[in-house]
Amino acid sequence: MSDSAVSSLPSTSAGRASRAPVAVFDWLMALAVVAIVAAAARAIWFTPPEALQGEAQKIFYIHVPAAVVGLYMACPLVAIGGAMYLWLRDDRLDRLAESSSEIALLFLSIVLLTGPLWGKPIWGTWWTWDARLTSTLFLWFVLVGYSVLRGAIEDREQRARYSAVVGIMGALLVPFIHLSVDMFRTMHPQPIVLTPDAVTPGKARLSPEMSATLKYAFIAFIALFVALLRGRLRFAALRDRVEHLEAGDA
Amino acid sequence: MNQPRTASTLSVALLIARKDLAIEYRTRSAFFASLVFSLLGVSIFYMVWDPTAVRPIDIAPGVLWTIFAFAGLLGLHRAFGLELQTRAMDGLLMAPVAREAIFLGKALSNLVYVTSVLAITIPAVVLFYNLEFGSGLLILGGIGVLAAIGLVSVGTLFSSMTVHTRFAELLLPMLALPFFIPVVVPAAQASAKLLVGGALSTVLPWIQLLVAFDIMFGVACVLVFPFTIED
Amino acid sequence: MTSPDPNRPPGATPVCETVDLVRRFGRRRAVNGVQLTIRAGECLALFGPNGAGKTTLLRLLAGLLRPTSGEVRLLGRPLRGGAVADRGRVGLISHQSMLYDVLTVRENIVFAARLHGLADVDGATDATLARLGLEGRALSPVRALSRGWQQRVSIARAIVHGPSLVLLDEPYTGLDVAGARALTALLLALREDGAALALVTHAVDEGLALATHAAVMLDGTIRRIAPTADVDAQLFAEEYRAMAMESVA
Repeated sequence: MSDSAVSSLPSTSAGRASRAPVAVFDWLMALAVVAIVAAAARAIWFTPPEALQGEAQKIFYIHVPAAVVGLYMACPLVAIGGAMYLWLRDDRLDRLAESSSEIALLFLSIVLLTGPLWGKPIWGTWWTWDARLTSTLFLWFVLVGYSVLRGAIEDREQRARYSAVVGIMGALLVPFIHLSVDMFRTMHPQPIVLTPDAVTPGKARLSPEMSATLKYAFIAFIALFVALLRGRLRFAALRDRVEHLEAGDA
Repeated sequence: MNQPRTASTLSVALLIARKDLAIEYRTRSAFFASLVFSLLGVSIFYMVWDPTAVRPIDIAPGVLWTIFAFAGLLGLHRAFGLELQTRAMDGLLMAPVAREAIFLGKALSNLVYVTSVLAITIPAVVLFYNLEFGSGLLILGGIGVLAAIGLVSVGTLFSSMTVHTRFAELLLPMLALPFFIPVVVPAAQASAKLLVGGALSTVLPWIQLLVAFDIMFGVACVLVFPFTIED
Repeated sequence: MTSPDPNRPPGATPVCETVDLVRRFGRRRAVNGVQLTIRAGECLALFGPNGAGKTTLLRLLAGLLRPTSGEVRLLGRPLRGGAVADRGRVGLISHQSMLYDVLTVRENIVFAARLHGLADVDGATDATLARLGLEGRALSPVRALSRGWQQRVSIARAIVHGPSLVLLDEPYTGLDVAGARALTALLLALREDGAALALVTHAVDEGLALATHAAVMLDGTIRRIAPTADVDAQLFAEEYRAMAMESVA
């Protein structure tokens, strides 16, 4: 997934004639990167810090969009892509699930890294076992398992089927982790701290500049997600095409 | 003469489970290995804590259910492993039996296996950690069965996939452990309450969560299993 | 042992039929367009060098593998994606024993009989054990038997339910002369009962003696297929060897 996606297909006339030429320069990716940089710049230099938390609070502008895009856009695609694959048996759906899983892993890693970086200076703890962070952590584990499983299976069709099964199971797991942790916390009240919930949009009181920056950050992350997904899908399609050609299917 | 007919899913499941248990009984080595692992684990956990700083009664529930998760994992491989050694699985796949019956049969034999290990591990924990248990022990047994059902459903499904891979012993725990959280946490929390004399009503929410998990994942695993043995 | 469906006139619907059968494993086409028809009472002997795709073809005919494209039909109905009850008419004897080593001979056969939902499990088991000369060994665990005897148990397991199609993957390997003779006699008897057979073998003489049709498979396709009546055994053996050498070169 680089900005300049050069075709590495062995040049066969059959291959070239039936496909549009692969873009040499990925405009969407470039745009997304620019958007991210712009949002970051705005967050760092043009947005006032939150009164209580200081500069460290600005990690929030990475943490929250990454969480929302990763958890609510990328992850569902893994499960839904897999489920649809089992129904329709279309390789494109498996490629969608595969690509989304890697991007979800990336975004969730960002969430899990920025969470402690935000938490420590502000609340004094690296980690808090609240429902959402815990769900994110376990979803991350499931996604790692998903990738390792994919790597361990050679046969394409078997790999797609098995991944779909894990994806569906993973989706079903999330509400149960949530419930387990919530019940755990009700029975064992944790000391009241400013949890990430307290400063998420809708629950926090954000100044207009902060809201705007958050909106820009969201747009930038969504653009990044789409660009990454498109690039990764292309790579997967090319890779599969090479395999088809080597097997002698025209 | 002998016209084949399709046997019911349940009777086929019982047939497969009985066959697996007969094989297990003949060799017994896997069961004893799991048992020894459990007892060793329970003992080791006792000795790594300072008993004056942390009371055994506080550690026991966590230890019991953690060991349960890992001992359960270890035992899951046999179910499909034995079918693959001599390709006996092909015989199952060529028979006029619903794929779900194969899953149920395997899950059933795994369930018997896991609850048998648990039936010895729980008294061992009570013994080693000097626990007092009243009627709570019966409820604990019930929780054990519910937890075993959850563990076995997910474990049987995942082991049917990992048995085909190269590093199955590592892959199975990696895939399955996240799914054991909604089993182990309620079981451990409920056990802790029961140990200090809590009434059934205090642990009811945890039991309800376990039941919900068992139903949801039991059904999901049965439905999804045919996709893992298609080829 | 096998009872052909009395409602179907013999030879009407072929027992086994493939249409443009293809199976791909990743980059490799193991079976690359196979057309086959095997009727009741026929036996197809399939020759070919290692890696030709014979085992894959058998597994496709058994319904254990899903075709990448094309179709396998058993008694006129598609083998994959059909009703559960449509399965269970095939018997497979493969390289692996497909037996439970720790269980006894009898237990293995009874399990197979029960799995196929036979009405008279004990009767079928006793009859099959007798047919293969296994009565004396019925209570031995399978792992205590020699390879030749295990082979017999595998065969018993494969035919106890009276399959219409019996598939054999190199069944003569590891058998001594007596065992080979017994196997040939059994397979001829199965043919007479109306079963269709497909036999993968390297033993040209046994194969041609037993089969009604002979075929050679190379690189996933059937190169030559002819009724054995039309085949000169020696000539065939030479041609086959030449073909096999060519494919290696």
